[in-house]
Amino acid sequence: MSDVLLETRNLHVRFPARHGEVAQAVDGVDLSVRRGEVLALVGESGCGKTTLARTILGLERPAEGEVRFEDEPISYDARYLRPYRGKVQMVFQDPMGSLNPRQTIYEVVAEGLRIQKRPGDEAVRVADALAQAGLRPPERFFQLYPYELSGGQRQRVVIAGAMVLQPALLVADEPVSSLDASVRGEILALMLRLVHEQGVTILVVTHDLGLAWNIADRIAVMYLGRIVEEGPTEELLSNPLHPYTRALLSVVPEVEEMEQQILQGEAPDPTRIPSGCRFHPRCPLVASGEAERLGIADRCASEDVALSEVRPGHTAACHAA
Amino acid sequence: MSEPLLSVRDLHVTYGAEGKAGVPAVRGVSFDVAAGETLGLAGESGCGKSTIAGALLKVLPPKTEIRGEILFDGEDVLQMKPGRLRAVRWTEMSIVFQGALHALNPVQRVGNQIGEAIDIHDPRAPTKARVAELLEVVGLPARRGGDYPHQLSGGQRQRVLIALALACSPRLLIADEPTTALDVMVQAQVLRLLEDLQRDLGLAMIFITHDLSTLSYVCKRTAVMYAGRIVEEGEAEEVFASPAHPYTAALAAAFPLIGDHSHRLNPSGLGGDPPDPRAIPSGCPFHPRCSVAVADCPNAAVELWPAGDGRRAACVHVLNGSRP
Repeated sequence: MSDVLLETRNLHVRFPARHGEVAQAVDGVDLSVRRGEVLALVGESGCGKTTLARTILGLERPAEGEVRFEDEPISYDARYLRPYRGKVQMVFQDPMGSLNPRQTIYEVVAEGLRIQKRPGDEAVRVADALAQAGLRPPERFFQLYPYELSGGQRQRVVIAGAMVLQPALLVADEPVSSLDASVRGEILALMLRLVHEQGVTILVVTHDLGLAWNIADRIAVMYLGRIVEEGPTEELLSNPLHPYTRALLSVVPEVEEMEQQILQGEAPDPTRIPSGCRFHPRCPLVASGEAERLGIADRCASEDVALSEVRPGHTAACHAA
Repeated sequence: MSEPLLSVRDLHVTYGAEGKAGVPAVRGVSFDVAAGETLGLAGESGCGKSTIAGALLKVLPPKTEIRGEILFDGEDVLQMKPGRLRAVRWTEMSIVFQGALHALNPVQRVGNQIGEAIDIHDPRAPTKARVAELLEVVGLPARRGGDYPHQLSGGQRQRVLIALALACSPRLLIADEPTTALDVMVQAQVLRLLEDLQRDLGLAMIFITHDLSTLSYVCKRTAVMYAGRIVEEGEAEEVFASPAHPYTAALAAAFPLIGDHSHRLNPSGLGGDPPDPRAIPSGCPFHPRCSVAVADCPNAAVELWPAGDGRRAACVHVLNGSRP
């Protein structure tokens, strides 16, 4: 059994945009998720991280490249996708929005088992999943409706609904961003416990580097449809190589030693990916003249740059790295 | 020390109070804000921090009972006649609302929306020039005034709302979660803008958020709220770095320090859920979730006790001279 549970190879996902333009939401991503790890996919909104997650789940089809699960490319045939979605489960951002308000908690958690036609005692499995997610005693929650729970409890129900299928991979899109501060840590601790006790692998999509420091083994930083830096969490956050990662890190209020590099403007437009390094129009190295001094300014503006290993296990896509 | 610009005394706000028992959202809160000073109000949803913002401008739903004093420049907002209140809103105190992305009128050009606020309060003002000036102040080109809200990004809309709040040159700006729905980089841009404005215009500011780390960076002083009361107050950086109240400690730990190995692969949270304002626990309302609660806590009448260097905290451990 290979160490890699899921990977994307040269993955491209495109959407039609206005005026016949094409948005390159995911623009050539090679990403590996290893068994038993927590991988954080970090970037600003619009960088393509949610599209990448949806493509991994088989909800979007790639225009080019492939998603491979357990060494096989995934197929978009319904007969393949249903069991696949039993093995790869998603936890969405807003627990209130992803729970059916008219279903009891029992129904919510049991639904996946029914769709997947899993054998065995449904009530026992539902109870186990709820207890595992920290909702104890589980029977007390069976007949409740989502509105009767707090935000943290609702997110636990969503996690129980995913874990009841005993998936190999959990894809969590901003799992705590809509939760209260004090509840956040509890949900993250639950996710780590699921990794240790149930052996699930987690891909967590977030804009929050602090969250990555809390739970991730590795980080992949995404910018405008590409992974621009990847490495083990501590290595990447203590030696960020890409100027985009450095800028992201510098605006985390807790990181005070770093001078703030506030990038101007918003995440750029995926219908107009800049030539050369896609980050160069916002790059502090280019703006400060540092790229000029290093003699790479021309390459930054004209030559695309791929990820390369700069330090052991730590890759970055920057002409200056 | 001179008179504070804003002085809130023993504020109580109860929703739906008429007749039957209402929901007590704010239960006896006092604080001062001096001219040009920044105060942070921290706490989780339901702790009453946004209710305070609404009470200051008296923009809460009907049937809400507000008791206490809200002295702005010595004059009680709660006693003002409607005409006086309208004049004070926006020209003296203004607010940047939470969820601002929906606060703009979708079918009106943003420049006109700002202009409208100016015209109402000062019909003789040179509206057009002032709108252009305000847009520049918040870092938008004046021509964006011709755009409709949907043509602007989230960060740009937030800038428009800040321009709107500044339209009548208030002395106090209340910012209620102004960066919550924004992206990290845009959050940093908006925080930097608020900081610059506060300094350049000498604005007093009340900054409301659940993110203590942001407050430590933006504000001079912070008050932490729990279940409708202030449970700790002091210098913002100090409160974040060495909390005296166990609730503050939990809130601070929710935003891990990158590089701090005690948080690495060790997220820390707080068990339980924020209390229901209709059923606030007895004694110290935090006791059911508190990791250092003692036998007395369910009965203790907690109040803000001195906790050293301008700090006060409502915890029996502080009263006993020991930090939890």
